[in-house]
Amino acid sequence: MSDLGCIIGGVESINPFWLASAPPSDKKYNVERAFRAGWGGAVWKTLGVDPPVVNVTSRYGVHRTQDRRIIGINNIELISDRPLGVNLREIEEMRREWPDRVIIGSIMAPMDEQAWKSLAIKVANSGVQGIELNLGCPHGMCERGMGSAVGQAPAFVEQTTRWVREVVDIPVFTKLTPNVTDIIVPAVAAKAGGAHAVSLINTVNSVIGIDLDSMTPMPTVDGRGTHGGYCGEAVKPIALHMTAEIARQPETQGLEISAIGGITTWRDAAEFIALGAGAVQVCTAAMLYGFRIVEDMNEGLAAFMRDKGYRSIADFKGKATAQTVDWNELNINHDLKARIDDEACIECGRCFIACEDTAHQAIRIDVNTDGGRKFIVIDDECVGCNLCMHVCPVKDCITMEAVDTDRPYLTWPEHPKNPLRKAAE
Amino acid sequence: MKHFKLTTDDSQLSVRDIADNFDDLHPPLDGAQAIVEAGRCLYCYDAPCMNACPTRIDIPKFIHQIRSGNLDGSARTILSVNIMGGACARACPTEVLCEEVCVVQHTESAPVKIGELQRHAVDHLLAKGGAHPFVRAPLSGFKLAVIGAGPAGLSFAHRAAMLGYDVVVFEAKPKSGGLNEYGLAGYKMANDFAQAEIEFLLSIGGISIEHGKVLGDNLSLDGLRTAYDAVFIGAGLTAARGLGVDGEDLAGVSDALEFIENVREAVDKSNVPVGDDVVVIGGGNTAIDAAVQAKCLGARNVTLVYRRGPDAMTATQWEHDLATANGVVVRYWASPEAFKGSAKVEYAVFSAMRIVDGKLTPSGDSFELPADMVLKAIGQMLNSAIFDALKLEGGKIAVDAHYQTSLAGVFAGGDCVNSGEDLTVQAVEDGKQAAIAVDIMLHAKRKGAAE
Repeated sequence: MSDLGCIIGGVESINPFWLASAPPSDKKYNVERAFRAGWGGAVWKTLGVDPPVVNVTSRYGVHRTQDRRIIGINNIELISDRPLGVNLREIEEMRREWPDRVIIGSIMAPMDEQAWKSLAIKVANSGVQGIELNLGCPHGMCERGMGSAVGQAPAFVEQTTRWVREVVDIPVFTKLTPNVTDIIVPAVAAKAGGAHAVSLINTVNSVIGIDLDSMTPMPTVDGRGTHGGYCGEAVKPIALHMTAEIARQPETQGLEISAIGGITTWRDAAEFIALGAGAVQVCTAAMLYGFRIVEDMNEGLAAFMRDKGYRSIADFKGKATAQTVDWNELNINHDLKARIDDEACIECGRCFIACEDTAHQAIRIDVNTDGGRKFIVIDDECVGCNLCMHVCPVKDCITMEAVDTDRPYLTWPEHPKNPLRKAAE
Repeated sequence: MKHFKLTTDDSQLSVRDIADNFDDLHPPLDGAQAIVEAGRCLYCYDAPCMNACPTRIDIPKFIHQIRSGNLDGSARTILSVNIMGGACARACPTEVLCEEVCVVQHTESAPVKIGELQRHAVDHLLAKGGAHPFVRAPLSGFKLAVIGAGPAGLSFAHRAAMLGYDVVVFEAKPKSGGLNEYGLAGYKMANDFAQAEIEFLLSIGGISIEHGKVLGDNLSLDGLRTAYDAVFIGAGLTAARGLGVDGEDLAGVSDALEFIENVREAVDKSNVPVGDDVVVIGGGNTAIDAAVQAKCLGARNVTLVYRRGPDAMTATQWEHDLATANGVVVRYWASPEAFKGSAKVEYAVFSAMRIVDGKLTPSGDSFELPADMVLKAIGQMLNSAIFDALKLEGGKIAVDAHYQTSLAGVFAGGDCVNSGEDLTVQAVEDGKQAAIAVDIMLHAKRKGAAE
């Protein structure tokens, strides 16, 4: 039996699935329902210094595909709008009632040593297994000098992490904002400040859409709107990239990662873990489907691990990191050609028009005697870009076949056409 | 597949039941259903569905426009090549046209419901009302005459009006629409759709219709040729075939189209007389329309008798299944020998048929079916007597590639020519193409006159 247990930043968890600090983890009622559904832990919705913030109505906007499926949510909700004391009491109760689950206290304060330290101490005293520093909210809080306003200043990232480390003896997670040019910079700062782990990504700054009738951004608050934090499936590629960078760059290698960003299924979680994450946090998927989605996250991940022979999360953690490299390390001599399975082809023509209009004119159509169409790859023109394979609606109808070029592994720095080529030793 | 309310041993249909039976065969898709259905379309390139449509509607485009929320644009895409896209969405045998070749059925179990999506888009525009979506070109000064206000004639008239011609349509019947109005099952054109569509079509302007104008009676081809710059004949096939068997003139024996017309024109369908034992003779969609409507009106027993086997039937499988699912008994390999009865028909005598040396031949056996109503749906013919001035071909009006008949300046299209299947959608295409051909001809004429 595969074991889903894991340790992240020194915190032990029965499985790698935690609720991220967000609306679903705002109070005991929700978190209790989540634990009953099978979540391994929850990062409580961010706690601030009293008096609590005041929220607006409405708060969420969504990004839909043409068939109306939601692939992203944008929110303009602030941190917890309940008094600190109420939150801490509920946390204490939950810790007592659910001793095998993890509760991390997420905190946010202005750039003031006392504010951070006293908040961290109060929250640590509630019995949480760790503290997470919210340095990421890209809306509202940043206008008050908090959230991403702190996370975007590497010196502040390091400073706040250090302040909290100085006053608590439980693990400290520094949560990073993706709204920066290079994620390595704040990650290095968190590491320098003594973070046990980094959590990423927080939401991506965004305007989710415009209501073309009222000409207002969504979500709309009394005729006006503002930018908010974007999350959900659509941001997963951004989060994967940032996870990979922290996992593989020498400056941050070894820094533990609690990955966040569009995780919707066990497969998404496995991808983050393969890139080096120790555990994952989820919000949007739970908001869209309810806490029950964790059931298949647990079962699916266990089944995957069983199939692959991984006995623990640690067994496959970071297995894809080494294969994630800079472009300059890729083999330019590698060659692929598209192969179209005529038997499987349903003759929709999507591969043809994609290649003809937007790629390399490497597919031609032959009309059969019976009027049917046959799509033929012109190998000399095909650059192996994959576009036809991706647009083909039939699974495995178009495959990419490696062509034996009989040429050695050759990178751009070594390539004869590179004017800055390093001379062979 | 719709299941109508049927008469059973212990219950008869109420007026309400019958009215319900004549409601839409396919209830319209609502907005959410349409978007989900549109999402199934693969947006094929040079799509097979488009090539299977006689009017070549850009189906992937109009479906994409439904998805994008551009319903006005979607309707325009359809109507720009098929002004009767609403009728075609309802009446087309899509299962043998666009939907037959939809490639989605190879990856999923069923093709995209193209017909229902087309209806969704067109109905939207018609319901919205407002200005006609197409603008007329500057008036040419030429005047065109059309014989027949059916799909071919009206399609011709609309396209010609759009190209800058004034058109007068002469129609024998009291209403316009041809078979859309008189010849299709009521549940296919529910809520008087044929008339609503014509009202929309005419809103482009420049078209007038004169009813009660019968060629060979109060209308002559010569007269029209003299008075107009070109004439288009979209007269359809108005002569019913006869069986030539004993008892054909008995009361209770009639043409299926006559019955369908009675049903269509009745405001309260429950007033339409129908037998208890109805026998329909024929194997096409008209035979099915007659048989199923007889059931809808409350006939206890409806038997459709076809002289050949199932493979030779021209009714589509879908139509056939609609009939059998609603209690119509289909009997193959039987040809009527005689209808018997004293005051009116009481039973029909059939010869069993078989193929001998490739020829349909009576097998020598015969049987009888009780019948108080016999509906003949054995096909229509050109009323050739009124077209004696024109060259005919295979029983229809001969036309060249530009829909011109043997008489210069006289064009023809729809069921009265051999352009393709006898379908509304083909008639619409014929009318449209003939109008374009007339436009080219008259342009040349004007240019010639100017030089």
